Amino acid sequence: MAPLSFLNEGAKARIVQIVGGKGVFARLTALGLVPGREVRVVRNQMAGPLIVAVDDTQIALGRGLAMKILVEVE
Amino acid sequence: MGETVIALIGNPNVGKTTIFNALTGLKQHVGNWPGVTVEKKEGELEYRGRKFHVVDLPGVYALTAYSIDEKIARDFIVREKPDLVVDIVDASNLQRNLYLTLQLLEIGANVVVALNKVDLAEEKGIKIDPKRLEEALGVPVVPMVASKGEGIEEIKKAIAENLGRKPKTLRYPNFEPYIERLVKVIELDGKLAGDYNPRWLAIKLLEGDEGIRGIIEGSEKRDEVMKELINVKKELERKYEDLELAFADGRYGLIDQITKRAIVAREERMTFSEMLDEVFTHKYLGIPIFIGIMWATFKFTFDVSAPFSDIIDWFFGWLGDAVGSHIANDALASLLRDGIIAGLGSVLVFLPPIAFLFLAFSWLEDSGYMARAAFVMDRVMHRFGLHGKSVIPMIMGFGCNVPAIMATRTLEDEKDRILTILVNPLMSCPARLPIYAVFAGAFFAGKEGTVITSMYLLGIGLALVIAWLFRKLIFKGEPSYFIMELPPYNRPNWRGILGATWARTEKFLKKAGTVIFGGVVVVWLLSVTGPSGYLGSEALENGELLVKSWVAVLGHALQPLFSPMGWDWKAAVALFFGFIAKEIVVGTLGVLYGVGGEETAVSHAIAASGTFTPVTAYAFMAFSLIYVPCVATIAVIKGEAGWKWALFAVAYEIILAYLVALAIVGIGGVLA
Repeated sequence: MAPLSFLNEGAKARIVQIVGGKGVFARLTALGLVPGREVRVVRNQMAGPLIVAVDDTQIALGRGLAMKILVEVE
Repeated sequence: MGETVIALIGNPNVGKTTIFNALTGLKQHVGNWPGVTVEKKEGELEYRGRKFHVVDLPGVYALTAYSIDEKIARDFIVREKPDLVVDIVDASNLQRNLYLTLQLLEIGANVVVALNKVDLAEEKGIKIDPKRLEEALGVPVVPMVASKGEGIEEIKKAIAENLGRKPKTLRYPNFEPYIERLVKVIELDGKLAGDYNPRWLAIKLLEGDEGIRGIIEGSEKRDEVMKELINVKKELERKYEDLELAFADGRYGLIDQITKRAIVAREERMTFSEMLDEVFTHKYLGIPIFIGIMWATFKFTFDVSAPFSDIIDWFFGWLGDAVGSHIANDALASLLRDGIIAGLGSVLVFLPPIAFLFLAFSWLEDSGYMARAAFVMDRVMHRFGLHGKSVIPMIMGFGCNVPAIMATRTLEDEKDRILTILVNPLMSCPARLPIYAVFAGAFFAGKEGTVITSMYLLGIGLALVIAWLFRKLIFKGEPSYFIMELPPYNRPNWRGILGATWARTEKFLKKAGTVIFGGVVVVWLLSVTGPSGYLGSEALENGELLVKSWVAVLGHALQPLFSPMGWDWKAAVALFFGFIAKEIVVGTLGVLYGVGGEETAVSHAIAASGTFTPVTAYAFMAFSLIYVPCVATIAVIKGEAGWKWALFAVAYEIILAYLVALAIVGIGGVLA
């Protein structure tokens, strides 16, 4: 298990856990970032925010937030 | 019987505004939701002789009620119980959009799904069968391409035909027995079960929703419900660690089933969007491209609008002279010519650049680039304690601070929002440009461009430093998490873009127009009258007469304040009136030097007067940039953030302006 922010561009992974409060969880859930879902890292330049794709949505995520999303690389 | 209420809801970027406009046409009005400054758009729809009241709810991803927008949308659906809810769903993004749909069905709303952007979905290789989606969801589905007007008649028809329909209950197989047990207890309180959908209350209680707990607290069957909740939760928690997560899982499980049935074909394509993003969000190219686009935007704005501004300028000059020469009474002629017509002219001259800038911004937003700009700039903004999304209102500040401050509403976090509002006036709006032009022309001939650019950069630099400082001192902590959807790049929808441009321009006209116009009239009044009474309209052109006016009295009273910077009473008066609007500063100086409002003439007069040196002139420019924004901006800050912050903004900016001007004079004096 690793934080989403550690993944390289192009990597696919499954979300395992979200570490954080209710507010964070609710916001991520609404955008489709829920444990069990598959995400693809579209952009990760190892500084600043990331872009990830879930289903047909592209989401820009702050690095701090991406640290709270733990994933299993497939 | 009351009127039939239709609510419009959907995720951001689904084309909600287009559909709202298509349904209501010209019969709409905008207000604020009671108690908050979130816009409330309402309109009338007439269909086959029936009238419907349409309410446009804020764009939300969910109804969890964590943000103001979500709370408003949820409260409206739960409390006002609209007769029908049109849920606009982006077909190119079905999975995520259905999350909101499921939440609506949980509440028990009578939902009709408007499946918009089916053309975009097909472009992405996704083919959806609306009939199958309808069966899977149990609610009517209308396919649409709203930007081309396709499906509008069908959605009207669906609205009219589905009133009073009883929506299908949504079932979550894993939780059904538990939900039912809770529902039974909730139904013991007849009033509670009548006001709210008991199933929804049960689900929300299991999810641990604080707001719903509050509702139950008010029930007479509170103890029974809570007791049963604890029992059910205990059993469920043996199966699932986290109930909130379990429900989210349940919803997405259901969504997967629904989409599997509804999506009939799907092929992976490297979309055009992804190719563009390779470039636009690139680590090294991203920021230079952003700066390039902004430069092009401003170049476009000012080059295209200049002839229009010239025409307006010329027209009001001509009109003033024509009207003035036909009226015998000197005071009345002057009021019309130098007060009212000149005042109107001074406002309308700014209309072309502002309208073109907003046109360019609306196009950038509609095309999808603005979201990328926020992404690219987040790293820079974050360093100064701002949010990535702060960048858009800050750039808009270059157009006019009034709508720019309104644009901070896209920031969900209150601290981020107020911080962005507070530094916004430091972004130099076009009204300050004539001041720079006049002083740079007078004292920095041949280097005007550099000097003027330095003013813009000074503003940006100060905004960032002040933001950093306030974040450390007042808004302690980090900016809120950056998270935003990146919409696919769009071909422009001109009707939508022009609508957005007009809405913003209208705000400038209404808010700024009345205040600036009023200000010019006050300046006129104080110039042509003095302690000795009416001085005659010549006072506006004759410096010797003007010395006897109220304006001069005011200037002499203020002058000692500015003596450390070496400015005379005329400069003090100009700055005082600049408080009303920066547009007035140059005009006032022109009057005081007896040369009229024309920029080059004012420039020559100031250079010849000998009261300024290059250093004190530069300090004057900086002071004009920083000190109090115009009255209209203050009014907007008050509206968006309250009196406390409006007064705070005025106070810190006066102090900052004074310090910066002093520093420039001090450092300049040493260097000279």
